[in-house]
Amino acid sequence: MSILDKHGILEKNVTLLAIFAFLVVTIGGLVQIVPLFYLENTIEEVEGMRPYTPLELAGRDIYIREGCYVCHSQMIRPMRDEVERYGHYSLAAESQYDHPFQWGSKRTGPDLARVGGRYSDEWHVDHLRDPQSVVPESVMPKYGFLEAKLIEGEHIQDLMSTHRFVGVPYTDEMIENGFQDFLSQSNPDADYDGLLERYGEDVNVRNFDGQPGISELDALIAYLQMLGTLVDFSTFEPDASR
Amino acid sequence: MSDKHKKDDHDYETTGHSWDGIEEYNKPLPKWWLMIFYACIVWGVGYTIAYPAWPGVRTATAGLLGWSTRGNVEQAIQDHEAELAPINERLASAELTEIAGDPELNTYAQNAGAAVFRTWCAQCHGSGAAGAKGYPNLLDDDWLWGGTIEDIHYTVTAGIRNEDTDEEYIRQSAMPAFGRDDLLSGEEIDQVVNFVMTLSGEEPQDASLVEAGAEVYDINCASCHAEDGTGDRTQGAPNLTDAIWLYGGDYETLHETVYNARYGIMPPMGGADLSEAEIRAVATYVHGLGGGE
Repeated sequence: MSILDKHGILEKNVTLLAIFAFLVVTIGGLVQIVPLFYLENTIEEVEGMRPYTPLELAGRDIYIREGCYVCHSQMIRPMRDEVERYGHYSLAAESQYDHPFQWGSKRTGPDLARVGGRYSDEWHVDHLRDPQSVVPESVMPKYGFLEAKLIEGEHIQDLMSTHRFVGVPYTDEMIENGFQDFLSQSNPDADYDGLLERYGEDVNVRNFDGQPGISELDALIAYLQMLGTLVDFSTFEPDASR
Repeated sequence: MSDKHKKDDHDYETTGHSWDGIEEYNKPLPKWWLMIFYACIVWGVGYTIAYPAWPGVRTATAGLLGWSTRGNVEQAIQDHEAELAPINERLASAELTEIAGDPELNTYAQNAGAAVFRTWCAQCHGSGAAGAKGYPNLLDDDWLWGGTIEDIHYTVTAGIRNEDTDEEYIRQSAMPAFGRDDLLSGEEIDQVVNFVMTLSGEEPQDASLVEAGAEVYDINCASCHAEDGTGDRTQGAPNLTDAIWLYGGDYETLHETVYNARYGIMPPMGGADLSEAEIRAVATYVHGLGGGE
């Protein structure tokens, strides 16, 4: 009974109790969190993942600003019905360059983790302008104002530097050319070879909203059309032990 | 408290705590409760051995049962596919034109196709397949690229104006942007729009321009939309005489169409997205909606 008697000391001293309670919670937290940083199967390495292009990064900021994550998740769970509806289940690696990730927790609208390439740019323009024009039963608000707001991209290099600061592997070259790449992705007539060289041949280079100038709509559609398309699942072999 | 409990109290010791003269009995938990509690601890340890749990130096233990979320979903998909494999194989290998005549195959394809349609097609063509502005109505018998089961099957597989395909591909065409690219003057566009309105029996906005518009039409439009305006399915050129409009038949919309042209695309569903059986199912479903030829 001696150790239980000692426990009485803690029970009678509120500061000591707080200190020891904190220690216990800390140990519990460490046990759950620390292994994630060194276990190799937390994030498997997959081919195809790349940092967002400047225009996609700007679109992602608009996605976050408009609170799209409140109604749309970006996380296909490993269940048959989800895989059949949305495509291959999401991998941890697919959001490794997301700061913060956009998994979301609620699906008023459908999951968007693999929406890239599923619809045409024109559909996205129609749908964002007036969702009910293509999906009458939709409760999504209208985002037509996005196409009227042109973005200059004057802070895009700062944004990329910030993302590099938190761990996204943007190279010096990517950041140096950030502004140029931002301009060229939505302009098929521009010289976009550098963009493709830095971010890969599969980067979509189009005038996404079909109108002159780079609008917020361009950036958002560029982001949406890339979502979930980076990993080639025809060659991907899942490690079954996860 | 009943008398019975009061008697029992004398059998217990107190905890020794005493506050303002109030003491506390030290009563053990009921035995059944304790047994369940200990059993849960044992079960918990066993659970971490059977299932993935303990972190090691490089990886976590995999668990004796070999269970994984990925294996789980893989298995669920395989089981489901194995169940449907016989009918899916029959569907994928049947002659397209014979599916409708085979009651079992047709019932299956209609139902499976409806599910595929709601997942992959409804966003543009509408959940009831009635389409929207710019997205064709699939319920009527007006087809841009053809309404036979073979045509629909090819459209679903390869998409419309799919720019990423290298294969020989026949759903490719582009209407010239007559105004934007300065192919026609503003006056000529005005004329031809008025003429096109008369093709489907509409009142032209300015009847005096119709005659001149007919001439403009013959030179610039007839090669695709046909001399009588009935269109050409091999190029996806719409029939202009049937008063069924994809974007709209009023003067402003037609003017916009002629000036900037239209370039509606549909993503290809073949390849990674849908299996051959699923494509055939949805083609059968669409073909059976009412307009199939």
